[in-house]
Amino acid sequence: MQYLFAVINDDDTMATPEEAAAIDVFNDRLQAGQHWVFAAGLAAPSSATVVDGRGGEAVLTDGPFVESKEFMIGFWIVEAPDLDVALALAGEGSRACNRKVEVRPILAP
Amino acid sequence: MTDARTALTRAHHEEWARVVATLTRRFGDLDLAEEAAAEAFATAVERWPADGVPPNPGGWLTTTATRKALDRLRREHRRDAKEQEAQLSYDAPPGPGEPPGAVEDDRLRLLFTCCHPALALPARVALTLRMVGGLTVPEIARAFLVGETAMGQRITRAKSKIKAARIPYRVPAATDLPARLSGVLAVLYLVFNEGYLATGPGTDPVRPGLTAEAIRLTRLVRDLLPQDGEAAGLLALMLLTEARRTARLTPDGELVPLGEQDRSDWDTALIAEGHRLVRERLAAGQAPGRYQLLAAVNAVHTSARTVADTDWSQVLALYDQLARLDPSPVVALNRAVALAELDGPAVALAALRPLAPALTDYRPYHATRAELLRRLDRHAEARAAYDRAVGLAGNAAETAYLTHRRDQLPHQSG
Repeated sequence: MQYLFAVINDDDTMATPEEAAAIDVFNDRLQAGQHWVFAAGLAAPSSATVVDGRGGEAVLTDGPFVESKEFMIGFWIVEAPDLDVALALAGEGSRACNRKVEVRPILAP
Repeated sequence: MTDARTALTRAHHEEWARVVATLTRRFGDLDLAEEAAAEAFATAVERWPADGVPPNPGGWLTTTATRKALDRLRREHRRDAKEQEAQLSYDAPPGPGEPPGAVEDDRLRLLFTCCHPALALPARVALTLRMVGGLTVPEIARAFLVGETAMGQRITRAKSKIKAARIPYRVPAATDLPARLSGVLAVLYLVFNEGYLATGPGTDPVRPGLTAEAIRLTRLVRDLLPQDGEAAGLLALMLLTEARRTARLTPDGELVPLGEQDRSDWDTALIAEGHRLVRERLAAGQAPGRYQLLAAVNAVHTSARTVADTDWSQVLALYDQLARLDPSPVVALNRAVALAELDGPAVALAALRPLAPALTDYRPYHATRAELLRRLDRHAEARAAYDRAVGLAGNAAETAYLTHRRDQLPHQSG
């Protein structure tokens, strides 16, 4: 089963070099434990564009789909047999990146 | 007929959790297990009075529930049911010669799943009462003053999360066990307290159904994990508290504080069992946890023939020990009550002062302060403290008592 770990940022600072180093260590651990699927950091929400193509021609809106103090600054996708394993990994990930992490199951294809 | 009814009540108490737990393991689906168990009990209600009580009610209920679950699966997806049947053939219940460990573990698994920390606390409480306790949704809704629809949704949402997020159905690993077990015990203690000290003006001050249920489930945890000191401690704490239940209220529903209770009304059997557990924990020679210390405090109170016989220095020592484990203002407040008996109300009042900011909305803080001020003849301040306590939401019997105490204060002094 796969889980999304959404990393929640609640101020304007990006990852420090120490945090980046800790994230690398955690990523290595995910790979060694065969939990690794994918991970990425995201640019600031101010760089986002929302596209609504439901009406035929796409309508573009500058900015993120929801303006809030807390936003997703990066994510992991991990493989874990159950929520307990996922939560334990998310705890390590949260310590590594020094931010809160939201754990959400990814629906099976 | 009466026999069948007694057997049904007994089977519901003794077998509900076992049936749900066994089916959850077999089918991997809490929802299905719950519905099939409910159907099996409904069938028993129809059949037992007419056909007689089966020789092994638990086995009968499990078999019937399994059949109901398979019927349901067959209706929903034919193929899955065939697979389940195939699985059943090698996942049969233990025979008479086999240890019952697997089944006991199922009930523990069920408890740990229902009390999983990824679920919100109200959801854990509701789910535990439904899946392990076998209470109906309307019963749980009534107990917590929540509408039936809302309570039903709370339970459904929790079950969906367990399924969607794959909350595991297992007893946690040894390293996580103490923390997870303390989560289970916290849920049971909350159920007990809600029964013993029901909050809200419209509720009965005591709901024996909830306290009995909490004791029953805690007894189950204690039976399943006999080596765990805190499970024994919580059971002892509940028993020693429950023992005083009838003495704790006047016929008009007013609270009678510990010192004024008629001790001949206390339940001696519950006290004896509670004391036995406390002695057993003392003999174990391990550092006691929070519930064991609270149980020991209650053992001191229930050992005293009159309030004057209370060994307050022992109570104070236990609270000192508890304060080291849990340096919270609520523990400090309870410690101050013992301090008042040893060193007088002025010393206790001074000990309360630093707690004011943290406990400003906590009723027992103002009630304790009011009593201490009364003993110091500071009546105007005592009145203000009673007013503050009564103004805060809390147990109806306590409100009646505090109002009464306030109205007894002499008017022209301070």
